[in-house]
Amino acid sequence: MNKITRRKLISGGVVAAAGVAGLGAADRIAKRYGLIPPDGGGVYGPGETLTYACQRLLTVNRPAREFPRSMISRNPFANEIAPPTDAFKRLQAGGFRDWRLVVDGTVAHPLALSLGDLKTLPVRSQITEVACEEGWSYVAEWIGTPLSGVLREAGVLPQTRYIVYHAFEKSLWGSIDMADAWDKHTLLTMGMNDGDLPVPFGGPLRLRLPRQLGYKSLKFVTHVTATDDIKKFGKGLGSVDPEYGYAWYAGI
Amino acid sequence: MVRATHWLTFVAFIALLVTGGEIVISHPRFYWGEVGNVNTKPLFVITIPSSRDTVPTKYDYVMPDQNGWSRYLHFEAAWVCVLTGLVYGIYGVVSGHFWKNLLPERRDWNRHAYGERIAQYLRRRPPDRAEETSYNVLQRTAYVVVIFVLFPLVIWTGMAMSPAFTAAFPWTAALLGGRQSARTIHFFVSWLLLLFLIVHVTMVARSGFWRRVRSMITGNLRSSEEGQ
Repeated sequence: MNKITRRKLISGGVVAAAGVAGLGAADRIAKRYGLIPPDGGGVYGPGETLTYACQRLLTVNRPAREFPRSMISRNPFANEIAPPTDAFKRLQAGGFRDWRLVVDGTVAHPLALSLGDLKTLPVRSQITEVACEEGWSYVAEWIGTPLSGVLREAGVLPQTRYIVYHAFEKSLWGSIDMADAWDKHTLLTMGMNDGDLPVPFGGPLRLRLPRQLGYKSLKFVTHVTATDDIKKFGKGLGSVDPEYGYAWYAGI
Repeated sequence: MVRATHWLTFVAFIALLVTGGEIVISHPRFYWGEVGNVNTKPLFVITIPSSRDTVPTKYDYVMPDQNGWSRYLHFEAAWVCVLTGLVYGIYGVVSGHFWKNLLPERRDWNRHAYGERIAQYLRRRPPDRAEETSYNVLQRTAYVVVIFVLFPLVIWTGMAMSPAFTAAFPWTAALLGGRQSARTIHFFVSWLLLLFLIVHVTMVARSGFWRRVRSMITGNLRSSEEGQ
């Protein structure tokens, strides 16, 4: 064995102390700039926090990759959805005329918007890839209106830190931070490839988030809640996904 | 430093291998290009059962879903790998470890030196005295390929699958031919790294497993010899 000299002991101690101090400082900075994800605790917390913090900084003003029209997938895969409930079927029979998007929480003017109301807002279309955590993917054109416009109309209050969104099936929900919420590419999607968004793909209303994996792009969105305290929702992990063991942030 | 980073990488690599395998089970089909799913033609399919019932396989059962923790651990272990690699890379340049111990020596940069060493292995002749404390040209080449080609490539192809990372650096996916190409290359490079691991451990075993492992932990070959 190498002898442990006094010099080695001192230099080792200095390095260890600097490391601990550095981690402490990094933790404070990360907290101040909101770089810690809601599921940033536990054994996998350090990895998730590093990924989230780095990608938050890297993706400032960097939209997801967009593709030429020629690359739109001819046979996109919709993935499984739970069988529609009777309540959903009734809305579908009515052409989704009674579908409402409720916007509430830390906003000045809570809203209840019909699809018709949403269609009067600025239209945006983008050709982006849906990538599933399982590994498969497809490219489609998504047409809708940016979430940011709706948030502006509702008057999101300055203390807001997260936007929580619920599906028609209330047990399905997620949330995004304000960087994603204000990003004009975060789309309340009503159309796909020049038609109405089909039900298997999340119609009539899906939140598309092209810089994260498919599971963050919640289908059948009915409720958007602005909040300054993400801990109040579910088990406080930011979305239902971590409750099933999946990461809240899905930019990988 | 070399020893500490070696063992950290070993632990992280095993975690990456196991969790990577778990993730593949959820979609054991591979594609080339940007997109690929069950409605498109695969490049090849691994004939194993899947952990998703949406994937057509020839088995009539579905494996349990292990993707949640596998993905958390895969990315955390990837961080350990990348940060350890960074420390090792800086150390290797600053200390001269790369030029001294890893880059094949100038006089061995020819076919003859490789041929001779391969013949020595094939004839199972005992290693030279110098190999007790230094690497021969084949070992050096293997290490250089693993450290400077395979690990960077597996990290790059991994990041080229991230929708956020490719938003920041679109060329990382484009240069590889698309997201699905990146996934397929990632898969093959992982196999090459596993192949290296198997050969590496076999070689260690043949030259006295515990003596070698102990020396890789303590850094001292001779004192451990005396202990035996």
